[in-house]
Amino acid sequence: MKKLINKPEDVVKEELEGMALAFPELIKVHFEPNYIYRADAPVKGKVALISGGGSGHEPMHGGFVGMGMLDAACPGEVFTSPTPDQMLEAAKTVNSGAGILYIVKNYTGDVMNFEMAADMARAEGIQVANIIIDDDVAVKDSLYTAGRRGVGTTVLAEKICGAAAEKGYDLKQVAELCRKVNINGRSMGMALTSCTVPAAGKPTFDLAEDEMEIGIGIHGEPGRTRMKLKSADEITEMLALSIIEDEAYTRTVREWDLEREEWVDVEMTDPPFEAGDKVLAFVNSMGGTPLIELFIIYRKLYEICEKKGLTIVRNLIGPYITSLEMQGVSITLLKMDEEMVELWDAPVKTPSMRWGV
Amino acid sequence: MPITTSDVSEYLRKVAEVLAENKEYLTELDSAIGDADHGINMDRGFQNVLRKLPAVEDKDIGTILKTAGMALVSSVGGASGPLYGTAFMQAGMAAAGKRELAAEDLLAILEAALKGVLMRGRANLGDKTMVDALTPAIDAMREALENGADLTEALDKATAAAEEGMKATIPLIAKKGRASYLGERSIGHQDPGATSSYLLIRTMAEMAHAKQA
Repeated sequence: MKKLINKPEDVVKEELEGMALAFPELIKVHFEPNYIYRADAPVKGKVALISGGGSGHEPMHGGFVGMGMLDAACPGEVFTSPTPDQMLEAAKTVNSGAGILYIVKNYTGDVMNFEMAADMARAEGIQVANIIIDDDVAVKDSLYTAGRRGVGTTVLAEKICGAAAEKGYDLKQVAELCRKVNINGRSMGMALTSCTVPAAGKPTFDLAEDEMEIGIGIHGEPGRTRMKLKSADEITEMLALSIIEDEAYTRTVREWDLEREEWVDVEMTDPPFEAGDKVLAFVNSMGGTPLIELFIIYRKLYEICEKKGLTIVRNLIGPYITSLEMQGVSITLLKMDEEMVELWDAPVKTPSMRWGV
Repeated sequence: MPITTSDVSEYLRKVAEVLAENKEYLTELDSAIGDADHGINMDRGFQNVLRKLPAVEDKDIGTILKTAGMALVSSVGGASGPLYGTAFMQAGMAAAGKRELAAEDLLAILEAALKGVLMRGRANLGDKTMVDALTPAIDAMREALENGADLTEALDKATAAAEEGMKATIPLIAKKGRASYLGERSIGHQDPGATSSYLLIRTMAEMAHAKQA
């Protein structure tokens, strides 16, 4: 293992120390339990957004804490879910009284830990809603698996819902918007190389020099297929068509019903894309793929969208939800309406996403 | 002979020992179908239980178990943290205020723990999870007690059933958690969570034998 680290067990702690020193005007970091929060939290009258997950996906989520996006982020160990005490303490710190939205990526550990945290926060009188992001089309069925994983759409949901909270949406409205972003967003990724978790010291999976994994998860979970390496255009086409031609996807998720005050199972269906849709196109590096290659991918993606009758009205290109040093790319397409475009354009000021200010 | 508060503390210490011994083994099982950290996470969790234990050792069994549950929830992470944490917290609620447990009380506590796991994880029998070891173990214990067995005999039956359930996860396709993404590729591997659950049950039986001797 070749990494710029000191000791594997200190990776997360030292990363957080560095972030706190780099962005003192934007964020503060609390240790034990670990969470990053807005320097000006709690923001009076505003719904607070909290997300979190294993570390190793930087800049997600800590890099998205700040005005117009998240109020707090809870980092776990590398690729390991954070724990409820982090999420509870973060909620207490950023709660202004307008309630908390936990944005949770669909991984078994993350979902359970955030559910426990929500129960604990409510026991302390804080209003909490949980919305699950599950947008990875590489997972086909939800009946025999833990369901689609939460990937690229998470970044877009954090930006759009963050802007909505800033604008004064109440908890129920922010939660509904988050659900809308999730069902309209689809993603798929691929890997050219594995990544190495510092504590493990060896690559998560083996991939031969001339092979790639299509449909990879952000923790190196297996994808749909492993095959011989192809050109950028062919890879872009495989990913884009899997997303654009994905059929309606139905699954049941557990959500907290704010009115009935109980957990309820909610069935939701993602509508398929149709010609005429306006979309946000997000081309993301898995960490080890440089911008030069992302633009080659975007070029082809643009052409495919045009051919399929989808208009790209906004884009995001760069490393935003990574998998340590993995080489690879993921594509996310999010169907946009006017409200979402307006919220996307709204000012944001975080360590890793900043515009309009 | 009833189970006392000090037996419960002793049990938690033994579990910590057993999980430390099996840290590599559990992690190895997990590397085949999960993310290669189950042993590491369980060991870290029970080391944290050991740190929290001295402060509550003179309290009732419910408090000891609830404290263990909270310690697990805040240190294990992943899915095992909430699952084992909820199991111990629910067990603690079922044992609230008690300083002694008869065999039937232990059964009721284990039933509450399993109910907590099912509520949190929503797994069904045969999904290749810890439920596949715990459910047959508790069923076997209940049946043994109904047939007049004493605690030690009942826990032996529970251990045998847990072991069988654990081994029966090998040919199953995982339907929950990270392993489910492997689909058929999960066949042929023993579930790490069922294995740690078996170890927890076996440790109970071993303690009952030691106490009887």
